[in-house]
Amino acid sequence: MSVKKIEAVIKPFKLEEVKEALTEIGVEGLTVSEVKGFGRQKGHTEIYRGSEYTVDFLPKVKIEVVLGESLIEKAVETIVKAAKTGKIGDGKIFILPVEEAIRIRTDEKGEKAV
Amino acid sequence: MNKLVKKLALFLVAGSVMIAPFQGSAQESEEITPAIKAFVTETVAAATKGPEMDEDFAGLLEGQGDAAYAFDFFTTSNLWTVIAAAFVFLMHLGFSCVESGMCQAKNTVNILFKNAFIISIGLITYALTGFNTHYPVDAWIIESYLAFNGPFSAGNIDNTFGYGGVGLCMTGYADFIFQAMFAATGATIVSGAVAERVKLLPFMIFATLLVGVGYPIIGSWHWGGGWLGTLNGGEGFKDFAGSAVVHAFGGFAALACVIVLGPRKGKYVDGKIKPILGHNMPLATIGVLLLWFGWFGFNGGSVLSADPGLVSLVFMTTALAAAAGCIGAIITSWVFLKTPDLTMALNGMLAGLVGITANADIASVPGSMIIGFIAGIIVVFSVIGLDKLKIDDPVGAISVHGTCGIWGILACALPFLCPDTPYGIGGQLFGVIAVAAAAFLFAFVVFFILKVTIGVRVSEEEELEGLDKSEHGQEAYPDFAPATKG
Repeated sequence: MSVKKIEAVIKPFKLEEVKEALTEIGVEGLTVSEVKGFGRQKGHTEIYRGSEYTVDFLPKVKIEVVLGESLIEKAVETIVKAAKTGKIGDGKIFILPVEEAIRIRTDEKGEKAV
Repeated sequence: MNKLVKKLALFLVAGSVMIAPFQGSAQESEEITPAIKAFVTETVAAATKGPEMDEDFAGLLEGQGDAAYAFDFFTTSNLWTVIAAAFVFLMHLGFSCVESGMCQAKNTVNILFKNAFIISIGLITYALTGFNTHYPVDAWIIESYLAFNGPFSAGNIDNTFGYGGVGLCMTGYADFIFQAMFAATGATIVSGAVAERVKLLPFMIFATLLVGVGYPIIGSWHWGGGWLGTLNGGEGFKDFAGSAVVHAFGGFAALACVIVLGPRKGKYVDGKIKPILGHNMPLATIGVLLLWFGWFGFNGGSVLSADPGLVSLVFMTTALAAAAGCIGAIITSWVFLKTPDLTMALNGMLAGLVGITANADIASVPGSMIIGFIAGIIVVFSVIGLDKLKIDDPVGAISVHGTCGIWGILACALPFLCPDTPYGIGGQLFGVIAVAAAAFLFAFVVFFILKVTIGVRVSEEEELEGLDKSEHGQEAYPDFAPATKG
């Protein structure tokens, strides 16, 4: 069985809900980072000391989670359900192949390592 | 009542023991004692509503005798002055916070470095040349216009309560340290305006000359008994704690430097103003509130004694003006800029404080609020106006200290703000223009000479990389760098 990686870019305030939901379906670990970017939502304008400026990059949270292939579909469903607000800017999910996964402590490989 | 008698006895014993060295060391103290007694009786009577003076308090004064009277007032006054000096010292911490908070993270070390240098060089130059140039007594080069004198020395040290008379009730040391804390302020104001692109060494040379030469010479025109005293038909120029000789001085020196230096890269692009965001609003807010705190010493200490009526009036007018300045700026920013801008609210507080600095001892209570409120309105338009003229001042120092300094001086002449004012608008205007023009000229000439000799501006790459790395090889936040533009 091979492993795959899910990269999900979501609204920052949805992180807690997504984490809870993933834990419930048996996901045992994930990595998050604060990122900035833009999509169709684009930026918006703000004013500092009387002058307007555009904020092009909006703050998002990126979740990276590597799972055995069998869990991928359920995990994606779970993330979509938990992260959805229905408004523009909810984010995206990408699924990537992973060549190999290794647990450093035990040298375990593949699905056993994730 | 028993307790009061015991207290009185203690006062008398302590007073007579402590006063002995003072009586021995100065003749003036014997002459000054009745004057202080009369002054204390008067101010206490005024503070406690004349003949209905609290009986216990009256008894306390009666029991102490002349010497204790004078000694108590002198001790209290001197203590208040040194505490006020420490308050003004805190303002330098405030300036450090405001300037760092309102600039980009990549220039933080540079700003803090400049602030550390300015307070240090300010105190040292004030001891070496400043104090005796600021207060020349008879040692003028050109009477009333130009003085330049040497170090604070044995000749300055008079620790009797005869020092300076009743209106200046402190020791020579206290007088020095209180005035010395003011001196560095002028250069600190400039530091904020030229931040994020000024080269370190030329700025340090400039700051040294500004606090060691420019500030005391121009200040002597007012506080040193110079020519400004002839204004307003002999009433003198009214500038209580330095709206002109400290704040407008710093503000207009800053304006000159910014004109010589030019705006930050990327601030004005294709005729448009592109804001460069301050990186830490909590720090900026802490800084401004610290400055407000320090201002109680700046204005309150400028009473130069512990005169209870005046010190408390000054505390009240100072606080109300700061509060009204904040409200004025909030309303102006919200109505005209469509947004309740925190940095404008903070500038408004400082604007109110600068506005009340000239008149904190003569403004009425409602007057102080109006002075502050108007300063809060003026500062917002001044910031916007300077930006339109492409005069790039990251922290708003020119508007806060320069523009509102002028307003504070003019407010002294308006009877609906300062009842019983003997000062005329013409004399006030002339005085503040003279101080501002002299500061501008001094700064322009010195900074221009530095520009054509060693250069005053870092290279474009250094500016983009940030002065922390290019000038200091240091980072303010080595573990974590918040996003910066450019």
